[in-house]
Amino acid sequence: MFNIIEKSTPATSINKFVIEAPDIAKKTFPGQFVILRLHEKGERIPITVADTDRVKGTITLFIQEVGKTTIEMGKLKSGDIILDVVGPLGVPSDIENFGTVICIAGGVGVAVMYPIVKALKEKGNKIISILGARSKNFIVLENEMKINSDEFYITTDDGSYGEKGFVSDVLKNLIAQSPARPLANLVYAIGPVPMMRVVSEITKQHNLKTIVSLNPIMVDGTGMCGACRVSVGGVTKFACVDGPDFDGHLVNWPELTSRLSVFKRKEKESLDHSCKLLKMKPQMNADGHR
Amino acid sequence: MEKIPRQKMPVQDAKERIKNFSSVALGYSEEQAVLEAKRCIQCKKPTCMGGCPVEVDIPGFIKKIAEKNFPEAIKILKNKNNLPAICGRVCPQETQCEIKCVLAKKGQPVAIGRLERFAADWEMKQGREQRAESREQRAESREQRAGIKVAVAGSGPAGLTCAADLAKMGYDVTIFESLHETGGVLMYGIPEFRLPKKIVKTEIDYIKSLGVNIKTNVLIGKTKTVQELFDEGYKAIFVGTGAGLPQFLGIPGENLNRIYSANEFLTRANLMKAYKFPEYDTPIDIGKKVAVIGAGNVAMDAARVSLRLGADEVIIVYRRTEKEMPARLEEIEHAKEEGVKLHLLTAPVRFIGDENNNVTGMECLKMELGEPDSSGRRRPVPIKNSEFKFDVDTVVMAIGQSPNPLLPKTIRGLQVGKHGNIITDEKTGATSIPGIFAGGDIATGASTVIEAMGAGKRAARAIDEYIKNLKR
Repeated sequence: MFNIIEKSTPATSINKFVIEAPDIAKKTFPGQFVILRLHEKGERIPITVADTDRVKGTITLFIQEVGKTTIEMGKLKSGDIILDVVGPLGVPSDIENFGTVICIAGGVGVAVMYPIVKALKEKGNKIISILGARSKNFIVLENEMKINSDEFYITTDDGSYGEKGFVSDVLKNLIAQSPARPLANLVYAIGPVPMMRVVSEITKQHNLKTIVSLNPIMVDGTGMCGACRVSVGGVTKFACVDGPDFDGHLVNWPELTSRLSVFKRKEKESLDHSCKLLKMKPQMNADGHR
Repeated sequence: MEKIPRQKMPVQDAKERIKNFSSVALGYSEEQAVLEAKRCIQCKKPTCMGGCPVEVDIPGFIKKIAEKNFPEAIKILKNKNNLPAICGRVCPQETQCEIKCVLAKKGQPVAIGRLERFAADWEMKQGREQRAESREQRAESREQRAGIKVAVAGSGPAGLTCAADLAKMGYDVTIFESLHETGGVLMYGIPEFRLPKKIVKTEIDYIKSLGVNIKTNVLIGKTKTVQELFDEGYKAIFVGTGAGLPQFLGIPGENLNRIYSANEFLTRANLMKAYKFPEYDTPIDIGKKVAVIGAGNVAMDAARVSLRLGADEVIIVYRRTEKEMPARLEEIEHAKEEGVKLHLLTAPVRFIGDENNNVTGMECLKMELGEPDSSGRRRPVPIKNSEFKFDVDTVVMAIGQSPNPLLPKTIRGLQVGKHGNIITDEKTGATSIPGIFAGGDIATGASTVIEAMGAGKRAARAIDEYIKNLKR
């Protein structure tokens, strides 16, 4: 059992959890993830670790409410317990002195990007960060990213903050305007699949090596079930043990997109089921039953 | 004396049982068990015991059942076998002990497995555990070995057996399990209707009662390395991490939606209880026509789970003939009774999908049997221009598993074979690194529960020897 030391909601539908997990905190490097299960009937979901505190023995997770489990988790408070957390899983991100690195993060992907940016900066890289969110109130870790960046750009889809538009627009502009060739030695892109796909398509045209962090469906996370298989350069890889980082130019994006949607109908069913239960409870109480 | 026939196992009716996940085989009644036990002629030199990897005193426990002394029967069993209710259900006795029974030469062998299950179930019904060995023995061994720590990675049949035997000797044993539940393949692989999870939990509770600590959610190699375990004072480590890597055919279309590895399919259904979705959160998506590729026990399990999840039609696709099918005869018969169809001498060459990337069909080749291969079975050879297609909307790949490379890769200098299996001395489980022992599927590749248990038992003995030598 794992204690939630701290819980907050730094942005709309994005919750931050600081969880006591000393063994995991000691071993986690940027890019790695944990799998957690809330309770006896819960599913196992993979979440990338945003930060660790090895002294306090904690890990920090940012979790967006998108489905049954993440919404349920949003209702947890400091002092509550998560039944199971296992990790660190996956291969740590490759952190070296590459030179200049463009770090593009969309939505809650910023939380995955943040430890990578921090580590890249420590290695002496020049960091150009591009953050994107749907709207102003969906932005997390802006300051933390800014502090670790040499150049910093932020966009919102609706223009409520920063530049109106997408991270890909900023990237295109940078490429068009910059006299430096190549513009950067490496691009990191982490966020929703469509965003990573578009960024990879742009950088491929300009021959900018691009690493993406993939988030396919997983069950065990230790290479046992094969649910997370992705095609990279025509070869089947397991994201849990071979990734989650892959070369964005080699990923079969349509396959990944469709595999992510395989349980869509079931996911809705699960959500409806839990909503019904929640709604039913007060009624039952009012009727004096149970 | 009139000859007693081999007692039939009562089973749940096939038409009913495909609608539920309850046990298929219901177990002997007391009368049946005693009758069956009386069939044993109590050979002076029992050949059956030679077939048991965990060295159970087979005539001994059967004699006690015949005498209706059930407490003694289970004590004798547990002296060697820490998981009798599990073995009584999933051991392939017909190729282990029963094949060696002298009665098998002229007729039907004694139903050793069913009797083992009876004795273990009888004990569970009493709600009281029978201790395998006397208290004095335990006290004496505890003194010698108390406080000496041994670690076990993986809580499947090999790890559980090794841990239990070491704890019985008096060692301070901790099992580390990466999943949230203890039991490995017993929990995630074998379905409820063949091995109820309550039974697994009860037997694991027995192992805990021997003093074994179990830590779940710890992935050795990631959460803790083997070196850290040694640094923390563990004197020896047993690696029983199993054959967790699913194999695929490597043919086009294999990553289409609704094509599962058997591991994923069974883990969702068994460990995560997807058959109780949405009460349980983990879903499983299944269509009306399911093809299971492969013909081992795992394939039979996947096929029978599919029926219970509501598939209209389930077919086993296998490239050889029924004679070569590696599954237990009993499992094949149960599957057929339940309506599973066999498509034999058939090999898939590609999967076909729709615009949403869902599998809609498969293209296969007809095969014929050629010369025997290295396994002694006749090799299937494709018949030219025999391609044909049929419709399916769900596929489960059950063509085997390889040893999980995750842990071996993190141990520097550990010798592994070309399939990623840890190379061990078969008699002791010793690896190329002193203090590290291994057994079960991680060493041999996919095998049976009982073979893994045998390896765990042999390793426990070798670990005891190894630690004794350290002290000198």
